Amino acid sequence: MMHTMLRSAATVVALVVTIAPAHALLPIQAWTLDNGARVLFVENRALPMIDVSIDFPAGYGRDTRERSGLASMTLSLMRLGAGGLGETEVSGALADVGAQLGSRFDADRAGYSVRTLSSAAEREPAIDILARVVQQPLFSADVLGRETRRLVAGLQDAATKPESIADRALSLAVFGDHPYGLRGSGEVDTITTLTAEDLAAFHRRWYRSDYSVIAIIGDLSRDAADSIARRLTAGLPRGADAPPPLAAVKPLDAPVVQRIAHPASQSHILLGAPGMKRDDPDYFPLFVGNYVLGGGGFVSRIVEEVRQKRGLAYSSYSYFVPMSERGQFQVGLQTRREQADEALEVTRATLKHFVAEGPTDDELVAAKQNLVGGFPLRIDSNRKIHDYLATIGFYRLPIDYLDQFVDRIESVTVAQIKDAFQRRVDPDRMVTVVVAGGAREQ
Amino acid sequence: MTSPRTCAPAVLRSLAVVSLVLSTAAGAAQGEMAEHDLANGMKIVVLEDHRAPTVASMVWYRAGSMDELSGTTGVAHVLEHMMFKGTQKHPPGAFSRLIAAAGGRDNAFTNRDYTAYFQQLHKSKLPLALDLESDRMHNLDLSDAEFGKEIKVIMEERRMRTDDKPQALLYEQMMAVAYTGSAYHSPVIGWMNDLENMTAEDARIWYRKWYTPNNATLVVVGDVDPKDVFGMADERFGPIPARALPPRKPQVEPAQRGIKRVTVKGPGELPYLLMGWHVPVIRDVVNDWEPYALSVLVGVLDGSDAARLDRALVKEGRIAVSAGASYDSVNRASGMFFVDASPAPGKTVADLEAALRTELRRVVVDGVSDAELRRVKAQVIASQVFQRDSMFGQAMQIGVLHTSGLPYDSADTQVRRLREVTPEQVRDVARRYLIDDSLTVAVLDPQSLAPKTAAVKPATN
Repeated sequence: MMHTMLRSAATVVALVVTIAPAHALLPIQAWTLDNGARVLFVENRALPMIDVSIDFPAGYGRDTRERSGLASMTLSLMRLGAGGLGETEVSGALADVGAQLGSRFDADRAGYSVRTLSSAAEREPAIDILARVVQQPLFSADVLGRETRRLVAGLQDAATKPESIADRALSLAVFGDHPYGLRGSGEVDTITTLTAEDLAAFHRRWYRSDYSVIAIIGDLSRDAADSIARRLTAGLPRGADAPPPLAAVKPLDAPVVQRIAHPASQSHILLGAPGMKRDDPDYFPLFVGNYVLGGGGFVSRIVEEVRQKRGLAYSSYSYFVPMSERGQFQVGLQTRREQADEALEVTRATLKHFVAEGPTDDELVAAKQNLVGGFPLRIDSNRKIHDYLATIGFYRLPIDYLDQFVDRIESVTVAQIKDAFQRRVDPDRMVTVVVAGGAREQ
Repeated sequence: MTSPRTCAPAVLRSLAVVSLVLSTAAGAAQGEMAEHDLANGMKIVVLEDHRAPTVASMVWYRAGSMDELSGTTGVAHVLEHMMFKGTQKHPPGAFSRLIAAAGGRDNAFTNRDYTAYFQQLHKSKLPLALDLESDRMHNLDLSDAEFGKEIKVIMEERRMRTDDKPQALLYEQMMAVAYTGSAYHSPVIGWMNDLENMTAEDARIWYRKWYTPNNATLVVVGDVDPKDVFGMADERFGPIPARALPPRKPQVEPAQRGIKRVTVKGPGELPYLLMGWHVPVIRDVVNDWEPYALSVLVGVLDGSDAARLDRALVKEGRIAVSAGASYDSVNRASGMFFVDASPAPGKTVADLEAALRTELRRVVVDGVSDAELRRVKAQVIASQVFQRDSMFGQAMQIGVLHTSGLPYDSADTQVRRLREVTPEQVRDVARRYLIDDSLTVAVLDPQSLAPKTAAVKPATN
């Protein structure tokens, strides 16, 4: 039972804060292989372990409405049989050396990572498996059929959960026809049409060496990192063109309000709109401003108004999800259904007031104290640094982005925040979703 | 090592602790820990980790929901919330504001066995964290007004974590049915009716009873010199007077005399089966063997995607969409060994129960292979190293072991004992403990929503 909303706070950190680090104490080495693969590497000998990831521009932003779920299913099946090994042999070989295979999937990115001990006896088998998974997935029709049936069962169950219903309704309304509005895992109607050939074709199209970004940290030399990067990309197709950009996200034409009935005891209330891009010129003003609005946990305005003053909710928050194109800006909370209208009113008023007036000088000072003073916490483990390497690489952020982070935060002004929010967030033109609001129907 | 896809947040909370402790059991190989005891009975444990200029600081109280009395379930967790409401010196909200302004993160968590408060910050800010913790250890201002607002927040938390999450309700019922006479019977968050009737005075009584330095442990992991930390702690916690702790009743669970079954209904489409057996936990790190064999058994059943349950029920048998096993070898009262699964379309929970029983019988009849044991042990050894990437994780490990009554530096010993487990021991514990007389079976019976309520209308803008 966490006291606060660790969940929302963690979301904010993971999604919003791009790249942190800074001390020039973090020497990032970056290079490009002959096959176009880009590599980011930090040598860190403190623990006998390494983390390696490889990502591709193959998230659900590449899906279409008709084949929604193709990107996700492709990634999921890659580990379920590859390079002549069946699915159990793949996971068994990793388990035999204590290695952990992970995957990343969102609207922009898809990829795999492995964490392994650094000695050759463990590292070699782990990298060998990762290379097979990335380069030579089997895409068995039989396994696809089984995974589809599992996913259908999960989607049908999710369609009964108030939080899933609210999330789906919000994304659909915020993004309209843009693929960011699709469900990453696909829909029952679309995933059941996918074939093993579809997956193989998607893999050939998007898992190219020149599209790949490899991030490595740990107990190994640059030469060893280079060798791993080559092994991971050796068998991949390569092209010359950059990945085609996604369509721009359109702003909302008008406010949308959806009320969806559900028997839950709590209402799930979400407000959303297109937010900002990863390389947005307003990135830092919006990021710092959101800390004051609803990203800073107990010291944010939304938590103060909704939870601390009125006891209306356990969890309440706001965040931006910066993506290649404009990702979602979201405000949310859960509250006893009978008081849904009151909670929605308080939240809207808080947002409106913040957009109209911006933060106070004191609030900005406090935000900077936290974001600047807390900077070392963003890079105090291999795991955290590794995530930043992958993000810097994928979004082509400057290699010294981390070194600049503190200065960029420090230079944000009240006027910039107010200006950025007024241009980017219109409280009168947002999507509002309320699931399970009002007195219960009998 | 393994852990639950079971259940929703409240459950995950406790199961999260399971996996953490398993990886504890799974190991640590940490650096030297330094210990210092204050005259008032408070213990300080410091682990140096100089990889980054930060610290994780935690104050652990050996008081959790298992120490609660009937009628005030949930009060341990309520007090945890109230601990952020201020003292004479620091008004409500000041704790979090000061930590935030120092660039830190703070939070707290309550479990069956303990309540703990933590800060993560730059090492230069550690004195601030200790100032605040020592102040609220004995000066907490528990006003009726703040309590009145916060108890509403906690009821919202219960709705969010449990009441609207059918799997969490199922887990709550599993524990309430499996444990009848011991303190693990009630949920950490408390029964709703107890929350509705709780008063500020209930929280004050709890605070006076358990929040005393002789019931507390400070754990600091990070870029510090232990001597400095001891000095800072002496200065701040040393003057706080100790109070006698109330006697702790053993509340040993009466022997179960036959299988128990419970069903929970809730909105959903996917049924879910959770089976739990009473099993021992570690009391003597060096001489016990059964808990280590049970941990290895979990690894054999669910340690990876190649492990037995996933393979037999999901990949090959295809009667389940998911299947798993979990076990918590470290806690204050007693242990349970769980297996769980959700059926594939066209299959029933009865099919799942039969298939899970078949897999467990296979262990008893045919035993486990050397290759399976080697695999589990390799995972244990690796996770022992991976664990050291997180200061927070290392501090958790120390705190959990200590509040559970085990040596806080015994993680390495536990890894050694795990590595000594034999195939015959794994078979032995399966045969001895996974029997019907100590089994509780809990089934989630999903209720479809009326079609109109489930439909999400397309956006209209």
